[in-house]
Amino acid sequence: MSWRLIGLGALAAVGAGWFATRPAPLPAEALDGLTGDPVRGQITFAAAGCASCHTSEDGPPDVLSGGRVFQSDFGSFIAPNISPDPVHGVGAWSDLELASAIMQGVGRDGRHLYPAFPYTSYNKAEPQDIVDLIAYMRSLPASDKPNTPHDLGFPFNQRITLGPWKLLFSNENWVLSDPATPSIERGRYLAESLGHCAECHTPRGALGGLDRARWMAGAPHPSGEGRIPNITSAELDWSESDIASYLKSGFTPEFDSAGGEMAAVIRNTSQLTDADRAAIAAYLKAIPPVPN
Amino acid sequence: MPTRLKYGMTAAVVLSIASAAFAAGHLTQEQQRAMDTRQAHMTLLAFNIGPLGGMAQDKIPYDAEVAATAAANLAALATIDQAGYWVEGTDASIEGSRAKAEIWTDSTGFAAEQEKLLTATAALAAVAGDGLDQMKAAFGPVGGTCGSCHEAYRAPRN
Repeated sequence: MSWRLIGLGALAAVGAGWFATRPAPLPAEALDGLTGDPVRGQITFAAAGCASCHTSEDGPPDVLSGGRVFQSDFGSFIAPNISPDPVHGVGAWSDLELASAIMQGVGRDGRHLYPAFPYTSYNKAEPQDIVDLIAYMRSLPASDKPNTPHDLGFPFNQRITLGPWKLLFSNENWVLSDPATPSIERGRYLAESLGHCAECHTPRGALGGLDRARWMAGAPHPSGEGRIPNITSAELDWSESDIASYLKSGFTPEFDSAGGEMAAVIRNTSQLTDADRAAIAAYLKAIPPVPN
Repeated sequence: MPTRLKYGMTAAVVLSIASAAFAAGHLTQEQQRAMDTRQAHMTLLAFNIGPLGGMAQDKIPYDAEVAATAAANLAALATIDQAGYWVEGTDASIEGSRAKAEIWTDSTGFAAEQEKLLTATAALAAVAGDGLDQMKAAFGPVGGTCGSCHEAYRAPRN
């Protein structure tokens, strides 16, 4: 066989690989018949924790101007402006384009988005919740703050690598496959999808995929300082009522108070209903205990 | 080599390794006392937040006298000058400390958090004995200052 043929074969294999893992936005009819309700969307917005990453450190809590820096093993990710500004934000994006970004990790320009944006959790969200969320986001103030590009090392700065990454690590199956009660099922939805708790509380492999066998069993803090705690019942011995109170007030049973990124999470979970906080607590008691 | 000399050298090596390890993990008495004291201060705050938090969460019945006392203690604790607590070399890189380096690099922001605690606890102490609803309303901002200070200035557990 000539080298030319081998070269052609290799090119075809790469091409097939690219084709199989090319960005896949939502189908055109994915949101058909759905109308967003901004009032319900405000709760979804809190449950999904959007503001915790997309507001700036020193800006008001409802301006999604972006700019926060997130350190990781792969480089620094900088949250983009997702305010309704038509130029610097996402005001010009259609609902379908926004939903494709949120649920499929595909940008308006058709490129893969980095999974620092937790679309691998949001992919399990109800489309109705997502259109509600988008309706609420459109009601927030616009910011004309320009985006800052991510600062990533090679090869992670090549978005083509995200296709295979998604194939390997993006998973539409629930970790808790058989919720025993409606409350646990609701808690599963809030914790595994909207709340994306596992993105921090579950350890990752070398390529950044979540280790689902150690679900919620704690992980090194991406900053390199300290650890994010194990919240399975093997290590967290709080009662369900303790967990629900913590998610409302930030106070532990000993009246220590949440800090770090969890303080921002509490600002979100404090806006949920008591039933939803109890559901998250019930879910945490239902997942497999994983000792440290 | 005579056995006695061999033992002597071994002992000297072990001793020098042990003392080097001791020096590396050892804080000065001033540093250790500052860390112990500021952590004890946090414990005192948590101890007095306990009954107020329990009442605010409807886990224990409201008792005006208990609430007023705990709130007065919190307000008093917030007035204590912390200048001696934050000794150089006692940030979270030291075993047992979760104090972020920002306490030293952003002392203005850190002082503003202490000021917020002072204001919120004084407001709580003024109304904590007046009824559950008044106490609850004034307790929220106190919890908020705990959270905002820990968010910026406390490192995660190791």
